Amino acid sequence: LNAAPGRAPRQRVRFLPAPDGGGATGLVATRVPVLADHPLVRGPRLRRLKIGAGHRLDVKASGVFVLGLGHGNKLLTDLYNCHLTKVYTVGGLFGKATDDFSDTGKLVEKTTFDHITREKLERIVAVIQGANHKALLMHSNIDMKTQEAYELAVKGLIRPMGKSPPIITAVRCLQFALPEFQLEIHCLHETQQYLRKIVHEIGLELKSSAVCTQVRRIRDGVFTLDDALLRTQWNLQSIQNAIRDCQLRVKTELEKTL
Amino acid sequence: MALWARQVSRWCCLLQAARAAELPRGLRGRSSTAQARRGFAPLALPPSRNEVLPWRLQAYRHVPVGSYSPRDSAKDGSFSSPECNLPSLVKQEQAKAETLPDLSAKTLYEDWDDIPPSSALEEISEEEAVQIIAEPLLPLQSSTLRDYVDHSETLAKLVHLGVDLSQVEKRQKAGQLLLTLDFEKDIRKILLFLKDVGVEDNQLGPFLTKNPYILAEDLEALETRVAYLKSKKFGKAEIAQMVSRAPYLLLFSVERLDNRLGFFKNELGLSVKKTKDLVIRLPRLLTGKLEPVKENLQVCQIELGFQRNEIQQIVFKTPKILTASKKRLKQTFDYLHNIMGIPHHMLTRFPQVFNSKLLRIRERHMFLTFLGRAQYDPTQPSYISLDQLVSLPDEVFCTEIAKASIQDFEKFLKTL
Repeated sequence: LNAAPGRAPRQRVRFLPAPDGGGATGLVATRVPVLADHPLVRGPRLRRLKIGAGHRLDVKASGVFVLGLGHGNKLLTDLYNCHLTKVYTVGGLFGKATDDFSDTGKLVEKTTFDHITREKLERIVAVIQGANHKALLMHSNIDMKTQEAYELAVKGLIRPMGKSPPIITAVRCLQFALPEFQLEIHCLHETQQYLRKIVHEIGLELKSSAVCTQVRRIRDGVFTLDDALLRTQWNLQSIQNAIRDCQLRVKTELEKTL
Repeated sequence: MALWARQVSRWCCLLQAARAAELPRGLRGRSSTAQARRGFAPLALPPSRNEVLPWRLQAYRHVPVGSYSPRDSAKDGSFSSPECNLPSLVKQEQAKAETLPDLSAKTLYEDWDDIPPSSALEEISEEEAVQIIAEPLLPLQSSTLRDYVDHSETLAKLVHLGVDLSQVEKRQKAGQLLLTLDFEKDIRKILLFLKDVGVEDNQLGPFLTKNPYILAEDLEALETRVAYLKSKKFGKAEIAQMVSRAPYLLLFSVERLDNRLGFFKNELGLSVKKTKDLVIRLPRLLTGKLEPVKENLQVCQIELGFQRNEIQQIVFKTPKILTASKKRLKQTFDYLHNIMGIPHHMLTRFPQVFNSKLLRIRERHMFLTFLGRAQYDPTQPSYISLDQLVSLPDEVFCTEIAKASIQDFEKFLKTL
């Protein structure tokens, strides 16, 4: 950013002695650039950038992480108030239980898991989804008996518009290969530790134990994995392109909700 | 003295009207505002002289922050002794109102007798008003050099050389040092010396940005140090290279340099020729601290488990390992040895993996395992050498080594 041409140095009128030597000294008014504005004297024009972060992402988790630059920080609060769902890919491992529900924690117990099948897992997952659906309806503070509520529910737009405990709107089993499995979770107002706890509870429900190996955010409201920039792409050009691409989508989403 | 103060303060502002004021004694008859300035002239002219001294008021030398240069006293000397020969170009120091030159009483009375001093509220004619240029005063204290750069030739010339003043002013006392030096007298000699040593012209700017303190060094001391290096059989081009890459090198005294060279010879156990080669390639070793180097060697030996001859080989190939951070070294080694399964002798052959980023190694290794091509044993087929793993750019790595496209690589990275 600093390499972009800055403003030209101020000019100043200085009276310099004229180059003709000897007796008559005339004054020549010349425009001389003020040295104080010279880039080597002034230093780089921009030294700091204001960067704000969107929804939190753990150290152990990975995935889409939204950042706001400068004036974009105001949009971040608006996006937070939209309460859009986030989609995670959660990987788990049967047979172990640790104290912090992830595979790097202290081992608490080991169990067998041969009795687990895919149908059992999907049954448990459906139970979780049903229970959370009730919580969703309750926290969205809409009177269920009205016509508007029915229309919103048909479109799938019922969601809590204020503070609420973590709610899972949809769960799906992506892969199942004993002892590993992978789930896709759509959720609201959650933390990654809550998701790890869910994995642990799934293990308990299946009369075994499970730890979470991977939590990866695929989608955060409007932003998906395709828009995400890799570490190798953290340069000015890609960031500018990414901002430009997402601008329109963010605007339409905000107008729709607020 | 109060009258004098008023007059001096009036043209304490930068009077840049460089007029060759003809100053015979008859000028007294002119208007009163110009009189005060010319009041100096009779002092400067010895009574016996009738020549005309072109009196040029040039851009004044900047008054160093917080201290007043000895020029003030020089001015006093010249005024109070009318017999001294004034040079034709007098660089007049503009003293601030608070520090009046202690002019002799004679001049004061001279002035009082002849013409009553003009007051600041007197009306002056239009031409006189146009001729006075009053500019804001320079600040006495400032945290940047921006305020002074326009008024100081030294700073202006340094900027034209390429010295980055915004970085220099962040260093301790460097800004103050630059202000007190004179380009013609001090800086020029040292610049010529540096050019003799072999620093390129376009390198002088960055060199001085990193090491402005060299301008305060004594020229003989610098020359003894270069002579010492030559006596240790470092060639001229090599000395030039070392000095350019490690600007602080010439600040060290001869004993210190000697101690450091001896330290490296003893610690690493390499021959004299190899130590010299090492130091030429990484002159930062001589200017940096020595304890981290010792600790790094200990880490290599004890924690990483390298033998002494292996350490010598590694250090000779990549001396940067001595200045790397221990945590990073340990993490990289841990990943390479335990997770990728690379034995010590392979790491000795390719020590440049220690210099690369752990993230890079990890991503590429995971991609290769995903494709099933992670083979680092030279005896097996489809072997991938470690230096190719880390040093190739992404596109070449993908097409040659992994035999996959870059989009696949990026998609894979997004799944990590």
